[in-house]
Amino acid sequence: MSRHQALVTAGLVLLLIATVAISLATGPSPLPPQKAMRILVSRVPGLSSLAPQATAAEQSIVLGIRLPRLLLALLVGAALAVAGAVMQSFFQNPMAAPSILGVSAGATLGATAAIMLGLNIGIWGLSPVPICAFLGALAVSAAVYLLSRRGGRTPVTLLLLTGIALGSLASAISSFILIRGQQGDLDLVIIWMMGSLANRGWPEVQMILPYAIGASVVVYFYSRELNVLLMGDEQAYYLGVPVERVKLILLTLASLLAAAAVAVTGAIGFIGLIVPHLIRLLVGPQHRILLPLCFLGGGVILGLADIAANMAGEIPIGIVTSLIGAPFFLYLLHRAREYEF
Amino acid sequence: MANQPVIAGKSIVCGYDDRDVLHAVDVEVGEGEFVGLIGPNGSGKSTLLRALTGILPLRTGVVILAGQPLSSYSRRQIAQRVAVVPQVSGSIFSFTVEDYVLMGRTPHLGRLQAQGPDDLHVAWQAMELADLTDLASRPVTELSGGELQRATLARAFAQQTNILLLDEPTAFLDINHQHEIFELLTRFNQDEQKTIVCVSHDLNLAAQYCQRLIVLSGGRIHIQGPPPAVVTAQMIAQVYHAEVQVDTGPGGAPRVSLIPETAAPEDEQI
Repeated sequence: MSRHQALVTAGLVLLLIATVAISLATGPSPLPPQKAMRILVSRVPGLSSLAPQATAAEQSIVLGIRLPRLLLALLVGAALAVAGAVMQSFFQNPMAAPSILGVSAGATLGATAAIMLGLNIGIWGLSPVPICAFLGALAVSAAVYLLSRRGGRTPVTLLLLTGIALGSLASAISSFILIRGQQGDLDLVIIWMMGSLANRGWPEVQMILPYAIGASVVVYFYSRELNVLLMGDEQAYYLGVPVERVKLILLTLASLLAAAAVAVTGAIGFIGLIVPHLIRLLVGPQHRILLPLCFLGGGVILGLADIAANMAGEIPIGIVTSLIGAPFFLYLLHRAREYEF
Repeated sequence: MANQPVIAGKSIVCGYDDRDVLHAVDVEVGEGEFVGLIGPNGSGKSTLLRALTGILPLRTGVVILAGQPLSSYSRRQIAQRVAVVPQVSGSIFSFTVEDYVLMGRTPHLGRLQAQGPDDLHVAWQAMELADLTDLASRPVTELSGGELQRATLARAFAQQTNILLLDEPTAFLDINHQHEIFELLTRFNQDEQKTIVCVSHDLNLAAQYCQRLIVLSGGRIHIQGPPPAVVTAQMIAQVYHAEVQVDTGPGGAPRVSLIPETAAPEDEQI
């Protein structure tokens, strides 16, 4: 790791600590960040002497409500950013995002169906909405992959266009189900589509945790292949990468990451696009360094966005990420000369 | 070629979509040879090279690598034996030249194995050979066409294969860089006993540097042999439908010059 990369890592870690402190302190009954932080840290075995003077209510707000929400923001952001990094390597395009595979549209279809049909099949304390959203996202991305196979290969342009087509199809079906629904359900779906971390708790954390951590670790094992894939399928093949097999594995991992993230929070735009892009500008395209920093950076940025959403009177977080993400992305595009193609 | 060929294609038929580009081509390359594949546009020379790499599925025929069919090797095993330099366009991802050359170590590294000092050593040797050490920390996005071509060659050298296949390594390069690339290939061929098969558009360069030329025409081998036997005004009239004068260049290789202001070839068959 170069000095520059170490500095970026240190900066992100500091930002993470600040995010944790502010996030735990922010909400309907604000606390001093230091106090919120001490409530958290005192729960670490051996550090109980740091416990501040806090009421039982303050304890339960920080540990029972704000902590799971914060963890959810960190995990969802991390999952989306790692999925985005994989997609950008896969498409050899710094502007690719997980939604290309139709993950968001599929998740929306699943969630819409669950809400409109009034499904009631909760497992592990989860409502049917995230489960159906997860299955919808995986179903659409699997269909995108299967329909893009040509003679044993999956050309990336075909994958891109199939993703657009199937995404539109899934959105159309969602809309069709929507207009048949009742006003109350309609509101629920629209709020879901904007993405939110409000009223989420430990069950959602448990749902995304294995995917966010497990799939990210497996993706990391493919760092070298992800580097080589940036050179294009043909060169990757000549460098000894079994391209089709690796692509299937990476697509599956990216779909799992994005589907799990979208399922628990609804569609959150721009994190999967902008975080890998930004981190790459800071530390270069080596995935061995890029991927862990995407995991960290994605979490931090979504954590900060959630603080903003919370402070702005609990607006959907998807609005925050797009309001800030889109102009920032435009700025990056204008600034970076490597996109003059 | 008394020895067993290191790489060979036997009655290869292949092409794109439903169209056959190669019609039962047989080709054998011996150890340490420097072979040029030449022929007009659409004659199938790049297709033959791609067939030898294994990337293009064959309709019939087989590619034999060191006595075994190519299909009996894994992708990784092939890349440990055969390096390919395709026609590269610039990348938009800013790997440094060193990282780019190190990618040549991919087929030699395990999944969780980090590149070690040995890999770095091999990469630096390759960069030295390609005269790139001054550019080691430069992003590949900032290289000129000739520099990028040299970096891609160095990456292939770093693969440490016995066989090197190249698709028009001098396309779009100026005359000085063309010369540089072929000198580099000659050194690699002679000093390291590596086998080279190179598709070239440039008859003079190919005649000057290759030991044997294979001329493709309409998806078949028209003629093959040492450059003086192959590069003749008669062959060029037949295969390229161009009227040229062939004399001997200063290095002793045949030299092709176009005869200006001549009429278009007659009775051209399509």
